[in-house]
Amino acid sequence: MRAMINDDREAVLEVDNLQVRYPTASGDIVACKDVSLQVYRGETLGLVGESGCGKSTLAMAIMRLVTPPGRIVQGRVLLEGTDLLSLKEGALRQLRWQQIALIPQGAMSSLNPVMRIGEQIADGLRAHGVRQSKAQMRERIQDLLGTVGLRASVSDMYPHELSGGMKQRVCIAMAISLHPSIILADEPTSALDVVVQRLIVQTLMEIRERMSVSMLLIGHDMALQAQVVDRTAVMYAGMIVEIAPVQEIFSSPRHPYTRLLVESLPSVKRRKPLRVTEGFLLDLRDPPPGCAFQLRCDLVSDACRSLEPTLRHVGPDHHVACHL
Amino acid sequence: MTRIGASYFVRRLLVFLFVIWAAASLNFLVPRLAPGDPMAATLARMSMSGDRMEGGAEIIESYRARFGLDQSLGVQYLKYLGAVVRFDFGYSLASFPARVLEIIGRALPWTVGLLLTTTILSFGLGILLGAFVAWRSGETAVEILAAPFVVLAAIPYYLLALLLVYALAFGLDLFPSGGTTRIGASLEWTLPSMLDVLHHSLLPALSIILSSLGGRMISMRSMMVRVMESDYLTLARAKGLPDRRVFLWYAARNAILPEITTLGISLGFVASGATLVEVVFSYPGIGYQLYRAIGNSDFNLIQGITLIMVISVATAILVLDLVYPRLDPRITYTGK
Amino acid sequence: MASTTLSPQAQPAETTRRLARVNWTLVLGTALLLGIIAFGTIGRLLVSREGMKLGANDFAAPPGAQIPLGTDPAGRSVLVMMIYGTLPTLTIGLIAGGIGTIVGASLGLVAGYYGGPIDTLVHSFADILLGVPSLLVLVVLASYLGDMSIATMSAIIAFFAWPWPARSVRSQTLSMRELAHVEMAKLSGCGDLEIIFRELMPNLLPYIATSFVRSVSGGIMASVGLQMLGLGSLTLITLALMLSSAFSSAALTRGLWWWWFPPTVVLTLLFVALFLITLSLDEATNPRLKAARAA
Repeated sequence: MRAMINDDREAVLEVDNLQVRYPTASGDIVACKDVSLQVYRGETLGLVGESGCGKSTLAMAIMRLVTPPGRIVQGRVLLEGTDLLSLKEGALRQLRWQQIALIPQGAMSSLNPVMRIGEQIADGLRAHGVRQSKAQMRERIQDLLGTVGLRASVSDMYPHELSGGMKQRVCIAMAISLHPSIILADEPTSALDVVVQRLIVQTLMEIRERMSVSMLLIGHDMALQAQVVDRTAVMYAGMIVEIAPVQEIFSSPRHPYTRLLVESLPSVKRRKPLRVTEGFLLDLRDPPPGCAFQLRCDLVSDACRSLEPTLRHVGPDHHVACHL
Repeated sequence: MTRIGASYFVRRLLVFLFVIWAAASLNFLVPRLAPGDPMAATLARMSMSGDRMEGGAEIIESYRARFGLDQSLGVQYLKYLGAVVRFDFGYSLASFPARVLEIIGRALPWTVGLLLTTTILSFGLGILLGAFVAWRSGETAVEILAAPFVVLAAIPYYLLALLLVYALAFGLDLFPSGGTTRIGASLEWTLPSMLDVLHHSLLPALSIILSSLGGRMISMRSMMVRVMESDYLTLARAKGLPDRRVFLWYAARNAILPEITTLGISLGFVASGATLVEVVFSYPGIGYQLYRAIGNSDFNLIQGITLIMVISVATAILVLDLVYPRLDPRITYTGK
Repeated sequence: MASTTLSPQAQPAETTRRLARVNWTLVLGTALLLGIIAFGTIGRLLVSREGMKLGANDFAAPPGAQIPLGTDPAGRSVLVMMIYGTLPTLTIGLIAGGIGTIVGASLGLVAGYYGGPIDTLVHSFADILLGVPSLLVLVVLASYLGDMSIATMSAIIAFFAWPWPARSVRSQTLSMRELAHVEMAKLSGCGDLEIIFRELMPNLLPYIATSFVRSVSGGIMASVGLQMLGLGSLTLITLALMLSSAFSSAALTRGLWWWWFPPTVVLTLLFVALFLITLSLDEATNPRLKAARAA
């Protein structure tokens, strides 16, 4: 489902200048450095980047689940207009799951090992005021499980009795249980094999159709992005370096890193040499001045080494942070 | 899922039997391997201290009959094992004609009472404190509260007992320094008598509890810290669940599992420690009896007490092992 | 990939760095330990043995100006006995802990590295030994052996000291076996022993060190236990022996507190010191604990 792009669309989730730091003995690691993005109602925004670029941290920060000693030092996270970062714990807990849900990265280990599946789904419901009889609750849970393609008997099982794919689907079922406005899906397919991946993706797309929920799909698989999302944001070293509708990302990537990502996709049609990136990895504790990508960019110029680029408009709904 | 199946159950049972057999065999072998013949020495000593003589002949006879000293080692061993199975430990060398089993029988309830209450209390409180300290780990008030227990955990029970005696019994004269009743009072099922016993038992119990508590707390706290970093904790928070539910049912419930295993392992240690506490307080449990037996070179009693202790600890561990699968659904009776 | 987080398994370099930073638990524990060692060693040089001889002073005299800590009923100065008794106490711990750690760590390494039946054997045996009330078994052994030397007592205590280090080292070895650099070493044809010493050992040292301190503490505890019951080494003065003589002379009821209280204090301080050191070593090898404290 590709949403119509018009200018009076409403942002379900808006992130403004978010910065997350992790203090370490040898200096602060800036996991997210001045991140801003919007997820509009009904759309799926993809967020791609390599491991360690800060995308999972961003997801955690949006839900205010950054683990200490990491902390959010500046920024706003507006969910349907409410700034999540300034809410008190009680109000935040209310909003969580009901308005904004998370499909975690490690679904394998995200389920309580000593609690039955049904109970784990139920307590999320009950925590947000759902008062139903045992029978009604049971039915509701079974319906939920059915939506993600799981048998009703799963409800009485323990997590260790399920396969990776099944656990992932349980997490999806939990995330949609209260019909939130937006779902943050953090690498929902990363730990699974290809066949199961496909099933999960299908499930996600069905959910999206049926419930018209907005989604932030985080991952590092460009092929997946191509299939599922409407717009894509590319993240590198804690910053958004490009954000555009997904077709444009693939057809005319403006940022050198985006180009790398796009070109790294093996194509069945054309044989091309595997592009290996040159250059050094970034030490996030002591980044060089200027553009974070300079060490790996083959188009680097002096400007890149001194001035840090910010997102600028280069086309309809297309923003890039690059001097070129 | 909880069918009492072969593998787990049988294995635990086999280990249990093995331990008891090994301890019994050790009891059998050691006197026979020791330099000289302690039995003979004891008997010789007894025959020389006139007034103990009245049991001497009978003891020698019963010993001979029981162990078939004139027969081969193999036969002796079998007879010995047979006696152990019947809990026949023979006569006490020092308190003849009392049988070892009688003496143990009188002393065991005291020890069991002490150990049971102290273990339950220290485990329960320790777990709660440890979980709590880990959950609120930032707050200084909590850290300060926890600190003294950490230090206490370092001190062996009996040393703590001595320190407590010095402070409370000697210095402040709040508690008696030994025995179970006031000197001369007899033990009855009346309230004043019971309170008296309680009063006397408090210090011994306290020494064990205070020290075990600290250890349990530290251990639980470290488990909680590990659990608190887990993915399922993060998701539980993401679900907006109330703090208490996450603390109890997601964090503590998972952290407690290895603690139960640790409890099983520590039982041997606790039993040993309690023994010495009894010595300090002249508390009439089997620990104290052991002390006196050593002093009297009453080898039969020493062996009997040791074996009973090993059996008790092994039984407790077996019970814990059998209960564990009920708490951790990942372990089934059939698997592992 | 840009590394933005520290790996969960602390590398030894990190561990040393962590230790090097001021760690008050470690400092306090070591200071206490050194103090006690000094008491037992330097003390010997400063104070003569004379005060320890039978009948050297008044019998059962309370602490006074002349005799700082009083005397026991046989006229021996408590302070002198304590000074001369400290080193044997420490030695027992060292020998028992040392043997226990060496044997235990070796067994744990072998079990963890080779796995299979060797592992099952070692592992089961260690677990069984842990579940037995060791003191009681020691009691049986000791009661038949009568008076023994410090070395003998340490040796039999060591028999129960090895399971802990074995377990700790084994579990570490198991998890390290799968690490990339170990696989690399195997693939490049390094012999087993070489792998063990070059790849595994350096990472295991922190755990071996922690186990060692624990074993020393446990060894001293076991020896104190034995001696308080009147077993083990009966002739050479140790702190525990002082306690046991105090008991057999009913010092508690006779109010001779200066006889049993000071050795109790020193022993307590010794255990606390060892414990603090163990705690700080634990924190160094499990950095998450420290992070949780700092958070």
